[in-house]
Amino acid sequence: MNVETKLGLDVFKIDSEPHILINQEICRSCEEKFCLYVCPAKLYSINRETGDMEIECSGCLECGTCRIACIHGALDWNYARGGFGIQYRFG
Amino acid sequence: MSDAAEEKVEVVVVGAGLAGLSAAYVLAQAGVDTVVVERGDYPGAKNVTGGRIYMHPLRHYLPELWDDAPLERHVTRETLTMLAEGSSTAITLDSDRFREEPYHSYTILRSTFDRWLGDKVAGAGAFILPKCRVDDVLVEDGKVVGIVMAGEDEIRADVVVAADGVLSLIAEKAGLRQAQQAKHYAVSAKEVIELPAKSIEQRFNLGPGEGAAQLYFGALTKGMLGGGFLYTNKESISLGLVVGIESLMEREPKLEVHEILEEFKARPEIRNLIADGETVEYSAHVIPEGGINAMPRLYADGIVVIGEAAGLGLNMLLTVRGMEFAVASGVMAAEAIKTARERGDYSATSLAGYEELLRDSFVVKDLQTFRHVLGTMENPRLFNFYPQAVCDIFSELLWIDEKPKSKISSTVIREGLGKFLNWPTVRDALGMLRI
Repeated sequence: MNVETKLGLDVFKIDSEPHILINQEICRSCEEKFCLYVCPAKLYSINRETGDMEIECSGCLECGTCRIACIHGALDWNYARGGFGIQYRFG
Repeated sequence: MSDAAEEKVEVVVVGAGLAGLSAAYVLAQAGVDTVVVERGDYPGAKNVTGGRIYMHPLRHYLPELWDDAPLERHVTRETLTMLAEGSSTAITLDSDRFREEPYHSYTILRSTFDRWLGDKVAGAGAFILPKCRVDDVLVEDGKVVGIVMAGEDEIRADVVVAADGVLSLIAEKAGLRQAQQAKHYAVSAKEVIELPAKSIEQRFNLGPGEGAAQLYFGALTKGMLGGGFLYTNKESISLGLVVGIESLMEREPKLEVHEILEEFKARPEIRNLIADGETVEYSAHVIPEGGINAMPRLYADGIVVIGEAAGLGLNMLLTVRGMEFAVASGVMAAEAIKTARERGDYSATSLAGYEELLRDSFVVKDLQTFRHVLGTMENPRLFNFYPQAVCDIFSELLWIDEKPKSKISSTVIREGLGKFLNWPTVRDALGMLRI
């Protein structure tokens, strides 16, 4: 089972505005780009055309691993707004 | 900001997890005007455990509360499995002690459990405000005097209780902690896999209501700090793994937790246990592993920090702890706040009573006793060499073919000395004495 299918099982209340913002300038200067590998939901990817780092916030499990792994501080990280984001039914 | 948006209460608790709800319960019972602000739709909507909860500390700190709690199964069988490539060795403890009431530990699912606890807290008289994210603390003259929610609404309070979980943005905003370091945290990913109760009881050899708790370490994490876990719920299995964030960052070639989880599920040790099960939820959570070395300041003028926000989690190698620390710290913070309220003094000096209570309890004492576990586990040999060595020896002893077998003692001596009598192993063994 791939991670997209797993996320499809979860209940998300999707917000139109992203709760994690990426500073592309800092991100471009980062050699390691740990966010690409540490996110358990695999939400980070590099846009092939623009070269920008992108995050698909609508599948975010709000664990905070990326916040800890982004050692250069490129993330303006917050939880989803109240009443939005992942709503665990089992937890 | 308008006056209408401004409220004043005695205590505002940020986060309806086990820590925040326990604190609120004790405060509300004492008649303290308490509001719990929760960003999820309901208490438990954002909360995740492995998981299993140890009941004796809970009964000690909140004796009357747990009789009708939505617990899953009481654990009667504990298994530790060392995974090698293509083999594994397990040690199981099945004990009558685990079948004696009141039971030692239960498997739980947090969405149900925390929601139930939230109802208890509301029943005790605290107000729970869901769907509200707290964005900042209000600070006046260097003292925390309340919180700011999204949309700029404020709640003023004599004390803010930061119970906002492992990342604790509130403790950070209040200047009580630095940014988290990857070496002090692990990431966990879990699936809840539904199976009929009958299948669970047959597959794990359990009586009705009995549960199994299993920890796995070794080849699974490919040398990285971490391991797998499996807990049986009433009608589901919680299956997941934990990997150190720094280990994930440093490893080459890179591995991702969701991939390792799939490899775990495919291993013969696991795949038959979950066969025909239906995965119904995928969750992730960051776990504090830094112990006593990674705790923030626990209090300041007008604020206390509890539960995972205070770094209260502990890997004791054979057991993993957290939820009972959350409950205990919540109760102790509430007791300290009650004392501060009698004095009418919510300064740091007055709230310091919380840390004193915590230091005298099992919470800080266990964190202190097990402070070297993380350092010991940073040794890749623990995950690749030892499980493989143990499995190889058993494999040699149990394998029969057309060739004559050596004596058991000769095999053990030959294999054992060959594998374990060397300096790195002696050094590791000495290191293990610290934990």
